[in-house]
Amino acid sequence: MSSAPDLDLDHVAKLARLALTPAEKATFSQQLGDVLHHIEQLAKVDVTGIEPTAHAFPVVNVWAEDVARPGLPVEAALRNAPAQRDHMIVVPKVVE
Amino acid sequence: MAADLFFKSIAELAALLEAKTLSSTELTSALIARKTAVEGRVKAFNSSDDADALAQAAASDARRAAGQARGPLDGIPVGLKDVISVTGQPLTASSKMLANFVSPYDATVTANLKRAGAVVWGRLNCDEFAMGSSTENSAFGPTANPWDLTRVPGGSSGGSAAALAAGEVIAALGSDTGGSIRQPAALCGVVGLKPTYGLVSRYGLVAFASSLDQIGPFARTVEDAALMLGAIAGHDPLDSTSFKAEIPDYRAGLKQRRPWRLGIPKEYFGAGLDPAVGAAVEKAIAFYKSQGCEIKEVSLPHTQYCLDTYYIIATAEASSNLARFDGIRYGHRAKGAKDVVDLYAQSRAEGFGAEVKRRIILGTYVLSSGYYDAYYLRAQKVRTLIRQDFLNAYREVDALLTPTSPMPAFKLGEKSDPLALYLCDIYTIGVNLAGLPALSVPCGFTPGGLPIGLQLIGQPFREADLLAMAHTYEQAHDWHTRHPQL
Repeated sequence: MSSAPDLDLDHVAKLARLALTPAEKATFSQQLGDVLHHIEQLAKVDVTGIEPTAHAFPVVNVWAEDVARPGLPVEAALRNAPAQRDHMIVVPKVVE
Repeated sequence: MAADLFFKSIAELAALLEAKTLSSTELTSALIARKTAVEGRVKAFNSSDDADALAQAAASDARRAAGQARGPLDGIPVGLKDVISVTGQPLTASSKMLANFVSPYDATVTANLKRAGAVVWGRLNCDEFAMGSSTENSAFGPTANPWDLTRVPGGSSGGSAAALAAGEVIAALGSDTGGSIRQPAALCGVVGLKPTYGLVSRYGLVAFASSLDQIGPFARTVEDAALMLGAIAGHDPLDSTSFKAEIPDYRAGLKQRRPWRLGIPKEYFGAGLDPAVGAAVEKAIAFYKSQGCEIKEVSLPHTQYCLDTYYIIATAEASSNLARFDGIRYGHRAKGAKDVVDLYAQSRAEGFGAEVKRRIILGTYVLSSGYYDAYYLRAQKVRTLIRQDFLNAYREVDALLTPTSPMPAFKLGEKSDPLALYLCDIYTIGVNLAGLPALSVPCGFTPGGLPIGLQLIGQPFREADLLAMAHTYEQAHDWHTRHPQL
């Protein structure tokens, strides 16, 4: 872990698909700098040979019966879509 | 009669309903009237469908008249945090992102409550996407603490705690990722229970941090919390993290009295603990000692690393979970975007509030190439050590006693710095990292009249013991019988 967090806000915001205003960048940069500085203390913990924990009680190989069940009707599934036409969600053009 | 009703417990009201001296319609109408009277000051509700509640109440009354009442929850109005799906009702997560979203299906907990006959009513305010400790990060504006309207109710499930304390609902559900049930319960003077990870299905819960989130009840009494937990707990094939645990009769289990061995983790009584909170918790410890419990100091040596571990893991999981909000299939969509990637970025910029953006940025950063090992993987390893601390302590004791929150309710707007707000969770987040059950029970008031909560942290899937311990305390004290003046 680096001693001075080097958070490249533009790069991370791009990865997160999040448009930030210049004012947000300035505020977040300072606030997240404080948080990252606090987090730096984790570097002091000796974790040699320690296994990571993803879940407190891991449940593995959860299978569901492969049976057809009724799903949402099209109208209900599309009710929350921001734009729809002919039972489809309208999206911006993605292929030229 | 109505004036007495809204501060009664489920157990008391169930007896009145069973004796047919009260109908669910009368009870539900009394709560709607109470909401009309106080909601302008408390602001606990994001929305409520009163006509739907009255229809559910009428159905409950009809069942009872036909001799088909379903048990103690039948006809009891229960409020839900606005992150839990109810078919046909709004689900906003207190975010502009979901301003117009209507749930197409019931969460499993909602279906379970309906099956028990409860009147599922009200969408209760919270921090946006359950991220916060004060219910100030809400697109609907903050909720006030009913004990002092200039103060926060805690968070993120602040609306659930405040609505219950204000007598607007008889019980409520919230979700707890780092203390979001227990801390507002403490700050509003009610009981709040965070179950063991996996005990309660999360199907239909808006996901924040999936390895930490649990749904749990808010109630006036420990007995009511036992009734609510019994209704919502159990394995659910729709949640693959759901555990196949045996669900005991939690209410019957309240009667068990044992000379429990109770651990006092010394790290939870250090600097930053409000003196009035510390004194109230010490008195509660003395009470258990007077009941023949063995009180033993224990150590959870990695406590100081809980906050950092939590903010890495929780934000990492949040950044992944919230990727689904892209303005395509549902949720807010920005106008005038120049291409699809711009549509994602602009929709998310317009839909999310500041705290959600901060956490997405932090979570994306700790998962990003070059930083993953240093932050995320290391945090998961420290999580192992934190969990081992608790399991080591449980070799010597049955449960742990701590303050729920280091301080009583603070002023609205007082903690504007994110890091200061994160420190509110120092006594609650270790429990989520370790996946343990814990509850907060009222244990006194500050000299200024603000409620204080005692936290009991139990062993995995031993909620029945935890409830019995809290019930023992509650039976000998009258904190839960006091109500705010509104």
